[in-house]
This record gives sequence, structure tokens and C-alpha cells, in this order.
Amino acid sequence: MKTLSRLYMALIILFLYAPIAVMIVFSFNSGSSVWVYEGFSFDWYAELIFNSEMLDAFKHTLIVAVLSAVISTVLGTAAAVGISTIKNKLAKSAIMSVTNIPMMNADIVTGVSLMLLFIFFGKMFGLAESLGFFTVLIAHITFNLPYVILSVLPKLKQTDPALLQAAMDLGCTPVKAFFKVMLPSISSGIFTGFIMAFTLSLDDFVISYFTCGHYQTLPIVIYNMTKRTVTPDTYALSTLIFISVFALLLLYNITLSRSEKKRGAQ
Amino acid sequence: MNKKSLGQNLLRAPYVLWAALFVIVPLVIMGYYALTDANGVFSLSNFSDLGRYKKAFFLSLVYAFISTIITLLIAYPLAYFMTKCKPGAQRMIMILTMLPMWTNFLIRTYSWITILSNTGIINTLLGKIGIGPLPLINRPGTVILGMVYDFLPYMILPIYNVMSKIDFSLTEAAEDLGANKLRVISKVIFPLSLPGVISGITMVFVPSVSTFYISQKLGGNKTMLIGDMIEYLFNLGPDYYNVASAISMVLMAIILVSLFIMNRFSDDADGGVVI
Repeated sequence: MKTLSRLYMALIILFLYAPIAVMIVFSFNSGSSVWVYEGFSFDWYAELIFNSEMLDAFKHTLIVAVLSAVISTVLGTAAAVGISTIKNKLAKSAIMSVTNIPMMNADIVTGVSLMLLFIFFGKMFGLAESLGFFTVLIAHITFNLPYVILSVLPKLKQTDPALLQAAMDLGCTPVKAFFKVMLPSISSGIFTGFIMAFTLSLDDFVISYFTCGHYQTLPIVIYNMTKRTVTPDTYALSTLIFISVFALLLLYNITLSRSEKKRGAQ
Repeated sequence: MNKKSLGQNLLRAPYVLWAALFVIVPLVIMGYYALTDANGVFSLSNFSDLGRYKKAFFLSLVYAFISTIITLLIAYPLAYFMTKCKPGAQRMIMILTMLPMWTNFLIRTYSWITILSNTGIINTLLGKIGIGPLPLINRPGTVILGMVYDFLPYMILPIYNVMSKIDFSLTEAAEDLGANKLRVISKVIFPLSLPGVISGITMVFVPSVSTFYISQKLGGNKTMLIGDMIEYLFNLGPDYYNVASAISMVLMAIILVSLFIMNRFSDDADGGVVI
């Protein structure tokens, strides 16, 4: 039974990684195709430096991901703190339902509806170009917010409100009490929310596709490329990203097990 | 006390405004487009014309349904086996299932063409032993394979999350009371893992029913799914925004109804998604 279950897990992992293995192998192809393997070379990695379209797109992706993650984390944390104290059940469930919409709805519907809004505003203000950097940023913040709120809210529930009261009774201002007492106890939720927002933004294709205009992010450039021909430099960049994320996750895992050990020792 | 509630209001005000402006208003505008013609005059013709897209709706639902079932059948045993591993190994497998999601899904989908095409890896290997080439690409099954592949982690993670929190002394108790392995799974583990299964199903069904890339690449443009239709119509230009909005509204309604049905199955008090 044990070997059978191990074999099963190994098969699934193999299935999940087969296309990624193909991507890594073909990023080292000496030919210019991602279909026929001709030989080993680093040419496409060197080529990357000159592919300004793709590098620009990568830069755009990072800018949007960082900004949208930071803004949605700040807005979402504030919102979560504000929502957690709502006493009126109806108001609370109304806000939570609206919060759930971008998360539950199909990406394509979210993307299309935001595009219609931006075009509407663009017409209203007589802009030549309705879509661009700001619209894709707004779209990303919008779909990130629910994830931040829903990772912070459970942490707030676990925090004893008496702590905040105690801090204020001992002379803290509400703002100081928040930063000294509340923030440390919900920081893990904020961190999770931030990471989720960042990665969702990094990987988003569908919503960006409808809202980015000429401000193309990496998934958009890749999409346009798959309509023509894909060259191995796309795979080279993706391989580099894959390896960096893998390293980061390993590092995170190591620090996590270390802190767990520390906690166990205490 | 008044001062405090003012502060709380100030904290949530920016978000409430944001959600109203960028979640509610866009849907209202989409509804407006769906209910008007190209000249902005009220009309229901966008909805009465939807019969033309019957096939796309039908195919999307069937494909999404099949791939959700297959994903569930693959993910459930995996999550169960994971909980039987050592904690360190569990976390490693978690990381391994999540990691592919950080590689762009367009590329992961595109890579399948290299694996499955007539001159691809599988057919080349088969050719060496004198079989094939088998027609593996541009078929309905390929589209379903793409969906299962792309969304499998969304099924594994919620099921595993719920299952790993099950108190396994309960299963021991069931065994002590004479239940066999199958009964323990069907009477104890499965009911307790249901919230994870429900959120897994919704997390796979929603992107499957609305996808517009997988079918284009792996189905060889033969199968137009509802997502492809929406994308195609919006790209045709403003004249087609109205009918495309109507299709999007119907897609949203389908998703809402299926979410509602799914939530009926789960007695999760919060009614939210378990991630």
C-alpha cells in the first residue's frame, strides 16, 4: 500500500512537471524551434538580453505586481480591521458578498466588465487611449483585495480585542495601540495576503489581457507570441523565473522549519 | 466610543468606495451593454440571439463538468496519501504542487503541444517501436487534459488543507468500533473533507467553464468554448460589445447558480471558500 501510494504521488508530480521539463529542455535548444530539439546551447539565454520587447514586458509585470500587492495589502488590511468591528450582520454580509465577487467570478467576466468601465470613463474624459498602466494596475488591485482581506480577517478573529483596550487603558493612543498590539498579532495574515497578491498579479493573464492596452505584461507578450511562433528565449526567461521561485520557496520552507523548531524548543 | 467607530469607518471607507467603483459599477455597465443595442437603445435582442451560441455554452459546460470530475478523482487520493506522509514530506509535496502555478500557464499549456503533436515526444517514442503516430492533439480529450492539468493544483490544495486538519483519532475510533477501511473513508473521512472538496470543485469548475486559451491551443480552433466566444466578439470591436456582454452575463449567471448549488452541499457556516 505504501509503495502504491508513493508511486501514485510520483506519477502526479511527473504529470505536473512534464510540460515544465519540456520548457527547460527546449530553452537550451540550439535551433530556433520549441518543437524540434537540435542540440544544447546557451544561445537563447544570451539572446534574452537583446529581446527588449520581452524584457520590457517583464519589467511591466514586476512593476504592476509590486505596486498592486503593496496597495492592495494596505487597503485590504485597513478594510479587514474596519470590517471585523461591524456589528450589523446585514451590513457585514453585504460587504463580504461584494468582496467575494472578484474571487468567485470568472476572470474573463471580471476582465471584460472592467474594460467596459475603463472605456466608459475614457470616453467621458475624452481620452485618446482608455487602457494602459493605470487601468491594469487598478484591475490587479481589484482582484487582489479579496485575497488580502480574507487572509487578514481570520487573524483578527483570533486576536483578543481586550488587548487593544488594555493598551489604550495603559495610555496608548488608538493609532499607537494598533501598531504596537494589533499589527504584530495579524502580521502573518498580512504577509500571506501580500504574497498571494503578488503571485496572482505576476501570473495573471486573462484580466490583464482585457485591461492593459499597450502596457503589455509578460503573459500578454507570451500570448501574442503563441499566436505566431514561440522561440526558445521565451522558455529561457520562464526557466529563469521558475528557478528563482523554486529557490525562494525552498528558502521560505527552510526558514519556516527553523522557526518551527525554535518554537518547539521554547 | 463615537470617535472609535468613526476611526473604523475611515478604515473601511477607501475599500468600500473601491469595491463599489471597480466591482459593482463595472457589472452594472456590463448589464447596461447587455440590455441595449449598438445605439444605446433598450433591447432584449442580445439575449434572444443567444441561441446561436448554444453549442459553445453546451460544450463549455460538458468540458468543465468532465474535467472537474477527473480532477477530483485524481486529487482526492493524492491529498489522502499526502496526509499519511511525514510533516516535512507533506510540505515538500505541497510546494511541488504549487510550484508549477508560478510558471506562466500559457507556456505550460503550450508545452503540451510539443509533447502530444504528431511529431511530438510521445509519438516520436512510439514511432521508434513502430506505433503511430497517434492523433493525440486537437481533440476534445486534449482540451480536457489541458484543463485537468492547469487546474489540478486548485483541487489538491483545498482538499489537502481540510484533510490535514482532520483529527485522525476519529478514524481510529471508527476502526475500533468495527468499521472496515472502506467504511472509515466513506463514513468518516469523506464527510469531514467535504468542505475542501466543495471549494476544490468550485475552484476548478469556474476557470474551466470560462477558459479561452486552452481550447484554442490544444483543440486546434475546432472547438469554440464560451470563453473563446467572448474574447472573439470583444476583439471584433465596439459593435459587438452588446452581444458579448449578454454572453458574459449568462456565463456569470451560470457560475452563480453552480456556486449556489455547491454551497448547499457544504454546511460551512461562513459560506466562504476554504483556501
